[in-house]
Amino acid sequence: MTKPRLATLAIIVAALAVIAFAGLSGALLNLMIFMMIIALAAQGWNILGGYAGLSSFGHAAFFGAGAYAMAVLQTRFGVNAWIALVIGIALGALVGAFIGFLSFRSGLKGSYFALITLAFAEVARILANSWNFTGGAAGILLKLQTGLPYLQFADRRYFLLITIGCVAIGLVVSWWLEHSRFGAYLVALRENEQAAQALGVDVFAVKMKAIAISGALTAAAGCLYAQNYLFIDANVAFGSWISIEALFAAIVGGSGTVLGPLIGAIVLLGLGELTKGLSGGIPGMDLLVFGIILVLSVAFSPNGLVMLMKSLGLRAPAKAKEA
Amino acid sequence: MYSPQIVVEALLNGLMLGAIYALIALGLTLIYGVLHIVNFAHGALLTVAMFMVWLVCARYGLDPYLAILVVAPLMFALGYGLQRFIIGPASHGKDNGILLVTLGLSIIIENALLAAFQSDTRTITTDYSFRVVELGPLLLSFPRVVGFGVTIATTILLWLVLHQTDIGKAIRAVAKEKLGASLVGISVPHVYAMTFAIGCACLAVAAGLLMPSFYVSPKTGAAFVLVAFTIVVLGGMGSIPGALIGGLLIGVVEAASSLFLGDSLGQIGIFLIFIVTLLVRPTGLFGARA
Amino acid sequence: MLEVKSLTKRFSGLVAVDQASLSVAKGSITGLIGPNGAGKTTLFAMIAGFLQPDGGSVSYEGRDITALAPHVRARAGIARTFQIVQPFEGLNVQENIAVGAYLHTPDASEAMRQAADIAKRVGLGADLTKGSSDLTVAGRKRLEVARALATQPKLLLLDEVLAGLNPSEIRDVLPLVRDIRDQGVTILMIEHIMQAVMNLCDTVYVLSQGRMIAQGEPKTVCEDPQVIEAYLGHGAAERLRAEQAHA
Repeated sequence: MTKPRLATLAIIVAALAVIAFAGLSGALLNLMIFMMIIALAAQGWNILGGYAGLSSFGHAAFFGAGAYAMAVLQTRFGVNAWIALVIGIALGALVGAFIGFLSFRSGLKGSYFALITLAFAEVARILANSWNFTGGAAGILLKLQTGLPYLQFADRRYFLLITIGCVAIGLVVSWWLEHSRFGAYLVALRENEQAAQALGVDVFAVKMKAIAISGALTAAAGCLYAQNYLFIDANVAFGSWISIEALFAAIVGGSGTVLGPLIGAIVLLGLGELTKGLSGGIPGMDLLVFGIILVLSVAFSPNGLVMLMKSLGLRAPAKAKEA
Repeated sequence: MYSPQIVVEALLNGLMLGAIYALIALGLTLIYGVLHIVNFAHGALLTVAMFMVWLVCARYGLDPYLAILVVAPLMFALGYGLQRFIIGPASHGKDNGILLVTLGLSIIIENALLAAFQSDTRTITTDYSFRVVELGPLLLSFPRVVGFGVTIATTILLWLVLHQTDIGKAIRAVAKEKLGASLVGISVPHVYAMTFAIGCACLAVAAGLLMPSFYVSPKTGAAFVLVAFTIVVLGGMGSIPGALIGGLLIGVVEAASSLFLGDSLGQIGIFLIFIVTLLVRPTGLFGARA
Repeated sequence: MLEVKSLTKRFSGLVAVDQASLSVAKGSITGLIGPNGAGKTTLFAMIAGFLQPDGGSVSYEGRDITALAPHVRARAGIARTFQIVQPFEGLNVQENIAVGAYLHTPDASEAMRQAADIAKRVGLGADLTKGSSDLTVAGRKRLEVARALATQPKLLLLDEVLAGLNPSEIRDVLPLVRDIRDQGVTILMIEHIMQAVMNLCDTVYVLSQGRMIAQGEPKTVCEDPQVIEAYLGHGAAERLRAEQAHA
């Protein structure tokens, strides 16, 4: 397993920034912003689901926490957008710590953990949908105010640049994981919790840190989403669609790898747009394709596109060693 | 405050809706008990069964209850094929793989239905859809009374199949000791697929019971899936009596919480039960295994 | 160094370990033997903190550690290996060992360097970048020991490190165990292979049906009629003695 160098990551980020200013059409610009937001959400999912092996079906809980923090703080309390962003990210970490504390105390993993995260996200969705403070079923409309202090730009390329910056932070966090004690502990407890404990790993503390970082990154994606579309409601912010897209992008791209979530988000959403175009707008076709890709990638490339590319490119006879 | 009569009526109707929940959960818990997998596609497969019932009724004018006789074998075959040729091979026998493959399947099914039928809701109106049964001073919905009866009958039938037939014995053997069963010549992939098929056939029965009083859209099953998981977890993963009692209990809780909290908040009661059960007693009320 | 007092563990009515006591002297190699199902691994799990006992206590360096979590005991200097090897599949040999080394250094390059040293010491020096699933059974046992050593333990609990190895591999591993002790690590080992026990251990404890039935030097213990009966069945000791008298 070769790990990407920081220089490689820098080149990729620079390339993305160049593309952003290469004169994309409005639609493509919007698509790329959306890709970066999903990539960021997927990077968050990947910390917990990929490196620590705790698959969550409810990352909407974090995404929604960020999105609602952004919307509520700005519209109700007149908080500055940048400060709201920071608070939103912190809230994501806090929600993560809350869910993690309850679930990991009880030792939940595997399908139980997946289901309980889904249930938490659903509870959040129902609450946001019926509480006046969060705008109830009508949702929240953010005010259009362009300018750097408002984190909104007349020229959308600058907003894209901000999302790319956040994805870059996500890449660096993942890169750091692969070169740190914390990251080694995450993988160790994913592979064998007992053995990790025997080596002095405080499994509970490590999981708590992982879910907090994971929640923070995905909440950042939620913040950017709210700021980009200027409207959220419970079904958008806490809906299962985002839990699923974050998970899909990470797994299809390669869970537990630095570049997997970014590659997965670009490939999936690119394909999604393609299918939408080809099928002439039949509803659900893009998700149908996502589902098929997920099943195929679990079946034939359990390590994701990143590893598939590596094994095809680097080692001619792919060493398909199943654990 | 509501009059006692309204409360009792609501709870009884909840109990009977709970019976249909139990039927949905029955298939799920059976699959869990034998294959030890969480079948995330269960809700989507329920939607498929409901659309089948709807098609049969709308096209050929069959009564939804009779449609069960047509749809159950179809769902049985679909379930067998899915497990044997897709879920089994694609997941490489890993827990996480199964979870993701069944999640993928549920998304495929839901969106294939969306592409084919759009997101409209469809209903079947029968002359008994709104009929009520009088029980003393209480008025009970006729389709729910039928649902309750058929669920009990189906549970007994399932129990008989598991205990009196060869395939039932093979299923129980595989559930207890996979390796031992395969050593005495039982084909484990076949038994897995048969179990999955029976679980899907239960969904066909539930679909037939739901259609006279409920609607179907491509997302209908998704609404049931967490309810079904709640029942299975509450009753104890893999326990058939657990699923039955859990289902009835959840039906009552849902009726009570939507009576007192309103429809949109009412659902929260179920999720909270789900979360609390998982946190406090993940083995459920009747489960033995951790 | 380690003092185990009347540890008891029940599993749904069945008594797996029944008031077992043992003590391990600093710098010694102490053996724990007994027939299959005697409760050795359960006792080990309680010493390492993976199971909470129903009664009794464990103290280490004079401190009661009965209630401490496994990772806290590991930090205090108790390391264990597992009878069924449990490598981290997604990591290579060096990274596997580094997980242990991280206990005393947060620095990745330092941990990897230590891991390479320890790999060399246990004879895995050539396999650093191999996946743990690519190792032979003997290799994985060595990895198990290496990972435990990387935590710089004062007390090492070895659970059947020799099981599944062929005689020549066993001959290779015996000096390794002795070498570890000579470096100042106290060892408590569960072992089935009597030749190894006789060879290595200073003191041996015998567990049978959850009870400690004998202790002492390996030689005396092996001649203890109770021990022979525990292994070979009731009356076996007498028959053996009779046969020896005839011969």
